[in-house]
Amino acid sequence: MCLAVPGKIISVEGEDLARQARVDFGGVLKEVNLAYVPDAKIGDYVLVHVGFAISIVDEEEAAKVFGYLREMDELGGLAKLTPDPGVKQ
Amino acid sequence: MKFSSEYRDAGAAQGYAHEIRRITTRPWTIMEICGGQTHAIVKFGLDELLPKELELVHGPGCPVCVTPLELIDKAVQIAQRPEVIFCSFGDMLRVPGSESDLFAIKARGGDVRILYSPLDALKIAKENPAKQIVFFAVGFETTAPAHAMAVYQAKQQGIQNFSVLVSHVLVPPAMEAILGSETNRVQGFLAAGHVCAIMGYEEYIPIAARYKVPIVVTGFEPLDILQGIAMCVAQLEQGRHEVENQYTRAVPEGGNRAAQQFIKEVFQVVNRKWRGIGEIGASGLGLRPEFAGFDAELRFDVGDYRAEESPLCISGLIMQGQKKPHECSAFGKQCTQEKPLGAPMVSNEGACAAYYRYRRAELAAAGKASQR
Amino acid sequence: MSTIKDFTLTCPLPVSDYPTVTLAHGGGGKLMHQLIEKMILPAFNSPLLETRHDGAVFELGGARLAFTTDSYVVHPLFFPGGDIGSLAINGTVNDLSMCGARPVYLSCGLILEEGLAMETLWAVVQSLKRSAEAARVQLVTGDTKVVDRGKGDGVFINTAGIGIVEHGLTIAPASVRAGDAVLLSGDLGRHGIAIMAMRQGLEFESQIESDCAPLNGAVQKLIAGGVSLHCLRDLTRGGLGTTLVEIAEATGLEITIDEMKIPVREDVSGACEVLGFDPLYLANEGRMIVFVPQGEVARALELLRTDPHAAGAVEIGWVSQEHGGLVKMKSRIGTTRIIDMLSGEQLPRIC
Repeated sequence: MCLAVPGKIISVEGEDLARQARVDFGGVLKEVNLAYVPDAKIGDYVLVHVGFAISIVDEEEAAKVFGYLREMDELGGLAKLTPDPGVKQ
Repeated sequence: MKFSSEYRDAGAAQGYAHEIRRITTRPWTIMEICGGQTHAIVKFGLDELLPKELELVHGPGCPVCVTPLELIDKAVQIAQRPEVIFCSFGDMLRVPGSESDLFAIKARGGDVRILYSPLDALKIAKENPAKQIVFFAVGFETTAPAHAMAVYQAKQQGIQNFSVLVSHVLVPPAMEAILGSETNRVQGFLAAGHVCAIMGYEEYIPIAARYKVPIVVTGFEPLDILQGIAMCVAQLEQGRHEVENQYTRAVPEGGNRAAQQFIKEVFQVVNRKWRGIGEIGASGLGLRPEFAGFDAELRFDVGDYRAEESPLCISGLIMQGQKKPHECSAFGKQCTQEKPLGAPMVSNEGACAAYYRYRRAELAAAGKASQR
Repeated sequence: MSTIKDFTLTCPLPVSDYPTVTLAHGGGGKLMHQLIEKMILPAFNSPLLETRHDGAVFELGGARLAFTTDSYVVHPLFFPGGDIGSLAINGTVNDLSMCGARPVYLSCGLILEEGLAMETLWAVVQSLKRSAEAARVQLVTGDTKVVDRGKGDGVFINTAGIGIVEHGLTIAPASVRAGDAVLLSGDLGRHGIAIMAMRQGLEFESQIESDCAPLNGAVQKLIAGGVSLHCLRDLTRGGLGTTLVEIAEATGLEITIDEMKIPVREDVSGACEVLGFDPLYLANEGRMIVFVPQGEVARALELLRTDPHAAGAVEIGWVSQEHGGLVKMKSRIGTTRIIDMLSGEQLPRIC
């Protein structure tokens, strides 16, 4: 239920519920509704599902997938890692 | 493509695979409950990278698989009407109903159209005032905000010739149903990342605690899934059962508040039947009374449908991870990809379809080898 | 003569028993293959048909000729990078080329729907003319029919073609050997996506144009260059995946391809991601795969790359010693996946 693809906002128009963006997916552009990401602006990457942006991609967090592997190397394995700050206990 | 291809890096994938193998000391059964994750696992052959002790079960994570038979039949009924333009996501076209499917209706001349977004259905409604436009609103929480917006805008703009056939399901109740079953074998979950992008992951905390299962919110690229599995196995090996977020780049803790708000405005929680599993209380979304005018079931009076699943189809047991496709008596015989009996054989990532392809290929190879 | 109603499909496998023809039967996938295998081939019982190649090659009056036909029903009639006219010419030119023939003469049958704008017909005819000139073939005979409004999609075109085989090679699946390399003449999916971009409900803005092009020039270069061509196949409907499975099944040999070597443009890839398509199964109209012995790969690629329509040629895989007729793909993350034929048309998905 889940095909959402990251794309870059190239232009924005409209307001509130009708706020739309042209989003670039590697060279093809699609009209995307931004009603659910009111803070999204030109240059942001958004996750798009069925023509709606559902989330803004956090670039800092995005790099962590690779950092995780490096940390595992340094600490000698997953078992020793403390849970990610994003975790609820 | 940025935020896509980096997560398909071979070196990193092998790195994660190595790490998972290193920390796995016992057999574990982990379920992923999202068709998109199943698709990625099959497409990239991720289970090939995992140690034999780890069993990945594909749960009821796809609208194709869980939309009740009656609803497909209702869709087929409505789509046959000459005044209707029936719009749907591509996924639903080949799902078998009791006697037919949407693809067959299209082949026979029904106006069935594949759309990318429900808002496109509104456009079609405006362009075709003499027709009735019906959108097959199927999905999990990820797609609910889009459907909510379409219905909301239809009401706002007074688009009378538009209605939706709703089959929305919620993930947490399904997880509880699976975990609460006596024959449950699932010990850990990968939660669907995009569902959580909308809903957040607070709802999973009591589930993790009650059933003592780790739940890791996971993305869809190979590295996401491998990292999610690694985090889940680490918890299992350490005896922890917490909710963790692997997909932090897309899932904020609270999810998408604006989208949640909108869902609540247009939809309400209802009981829903899950194909192959049965009715799960408070597991679906239905239109609120103030939007009932846009409910296609009422508008087309297809409310009273009963349908019988093929007695041969055990898709429910398969989706709950209790049986494997080849343990089904109809597998490969009465039920094939060309003539499926149940939904998991239709969807390319359905457990049965995936098995069918690979098994057939293996048999072909074995058959040819034995001829030498 | 028995009517279609009386015909019973019998087959050991539980195959589709649709009482009517569906769109999937034309999709280039399993259903279409079943229709051909179970209903059409047995009816004609011809050894030439049994080769299951794009065209028939035979001796006639001392000359070695190739003969093929194809019909074009594309909608929309005009799309970025081409139209039904250029498809009709290039499709048949390519089918002849895949037999190793030099295409010479084409026929063209037009079925027009009542109400079609003259301007549209003119544009199609001009396109047929231009494409024939570019491919250096002549249209020498044809036919025109008009059907009632509602009975045709504007224009249907059938082209048949005759080519001459001026070498002694047998270019066919039967000539494929274990150890052969698989070459691909260019990037995938442009045609499929260019068409998709125009479908209502799936539109998007893009620069992607159909790859519709004649391949006879590239093939002639390979032949003139003395490359021992084992097999040629153009990709069309069903894409690279389907074509490889067809060849693997016809030869009984195993084919392995490397995902990292398969060229797909970033924008085509982007469109695939958004709509949920696999580029492996997208339609192409100007791409072919070439099977050559391993030792001739460098030479073949060099020759291909001198042709404007095969400038992006690359080696993508190999034919192994194994039996079994499977197609395997080494994925970008190092795992192996079996490539199968799709049951029918690829549909966009959200799941």
